[in-house]
Amino acid sequence: MAKKKASKQKKMDTRVNFTPMVDMMMLLITFFMLCTTLSKPQAMQLTMPSNDENMQEQDKSVTKADQTITVYLAADNKLYYIEGLPKYDDPTCLKETNYGRDGFRNVLIHHTTGAGIAPVARIMKAKQALDEKKTAYGSTMTEEEYQKQLSEIRNGVIDGEKIPTVTVIIKPLDTATYDNMVGALDEMQICTIGKYVIDKINPDDEKLLALKGVK
Amino acid sequence: MGKIKIEKKDIWIDMTPMSDVMTLLLCFFMLTSTFLTPEPIKVNTPSSVSEVKIPENVLNILVSPEGKIFVGTENKNTMVAMMQEVTSKFDIALTAKQMKNFKEDAMIGAALSQFDAYYNLDPEKMSEAVQKLGIPTDSIDGGMSEFQEWIKAAHQVDPDMKLAIKCDATTPYRVIRTMMSELQDMNENRYQLITNLKTSSED
Repeated sequence: MAKKKASKQKKMDTRVNFTPMVDMMMLLITFFMLCTTLSKPQAMQLTMPSNDENMQEQDKSVTKADQTITVYLAADNKLYYIEGLPKYDDPTCLKETNYGRDGFRNVLIHHTTGAGIAPVARIMKAKQALDEKKTAYGSTMTEEEYQKQLSEIRNGVIDGEKIPTVTVIIKPLDTATYDNMVGALDEMQICTIGKYVIDKINPDDEKLLALKGVK
Repeated sequence: MGKIKIEKKDIWIDMTPMSDVMTLLLCFFMLTSTFLTPEPIKVNTPSSVSEVKIPENVLNILVSPEGKIFVGTENKNTMVAMMQEVTSKFDIALTAKQMKNFKEDAMIGAALSQFDAYYNLDPEKMSEAVQKLGIPTDSIDGGMSEFQEWIKAAHQVDPDMKLAIKCDATTPYRVIRTMMSELQDMNENRYQLITNLKTSSED
């Protein structure tokens, strides 16, 4: 009798109740989903020219007229550009365009220099080829190499041949918005333009814009 | 006797797979996400194609659509050191309560003349009051402006700090020009403009 009792083992339930744990997990997940962000914001590098008025004449870089585009960012998302040197007494040299693929980008791509080449189009093509080479299957190109070649392309060296590059002068008016400025800088990145600068409006520009009736 | 045996139904549901999934999700959120940094003013940044992530250790310059400027950084110790740098220069002494409020505040937005009143407020009222404030950019007696003083203090505390400018998309360029030319006057010519990533659908 006593022997039998000893052999009778109580069946233990080995299952653990997970419900409270799941409850807590749910709470934590909800907390994290609501209080955190997944996306880290992007940044855009911008280097402005120095305000220093004591800069030597020789340190300033001069660009050729046919390689320069001046852009005025105006109110109501309008954009005016001048190819070459601005003629301050002739408002017809100002042409209107808009942001985006068919507007400003088109202007940049089709800009031709005196020698009859469209540098932006060629540079963009070279960059595309470089991108393809980098992302190709089995590519061994390192990030450093890529950046080095990209900066060469930006400076107009394509396969050892030097072509002239375009310089863009961006002049936002006071009425333009920050979005316009970022939009213009964005086009510089899309078109792989190495040399661009954000400049201030000078009295000559003001006169020209007033003649054209630009706000 | 053939007694009908009613089978004992087990109502216990196995939660293990569910908790497995939950743990996974939790780990994912904990590792990938970053906490929302509180900002005094809601700002919608414009989108760009730039894919560069903002570096660590930046001084955030927040500009509201009305042109109010706020300065702040994630590192609280740097913030306090900056504040001490500026307040000692202008002979402002903060009480213990004001100090505590300063540490709890996300960004600096009060002009030095309003410092005393602003940090004496209750923390609940501060977030309301800060929306009307902003660091002034006009120069003090022909010298540096308060905004420039804050930037200078930040660089004295941590010379490696980069400047990140966060503006609203609708901010007029006039405001940005004023701010940037103040920075250029101090020979701060490199900035990070904070933007959103442009999705391919909007072009």
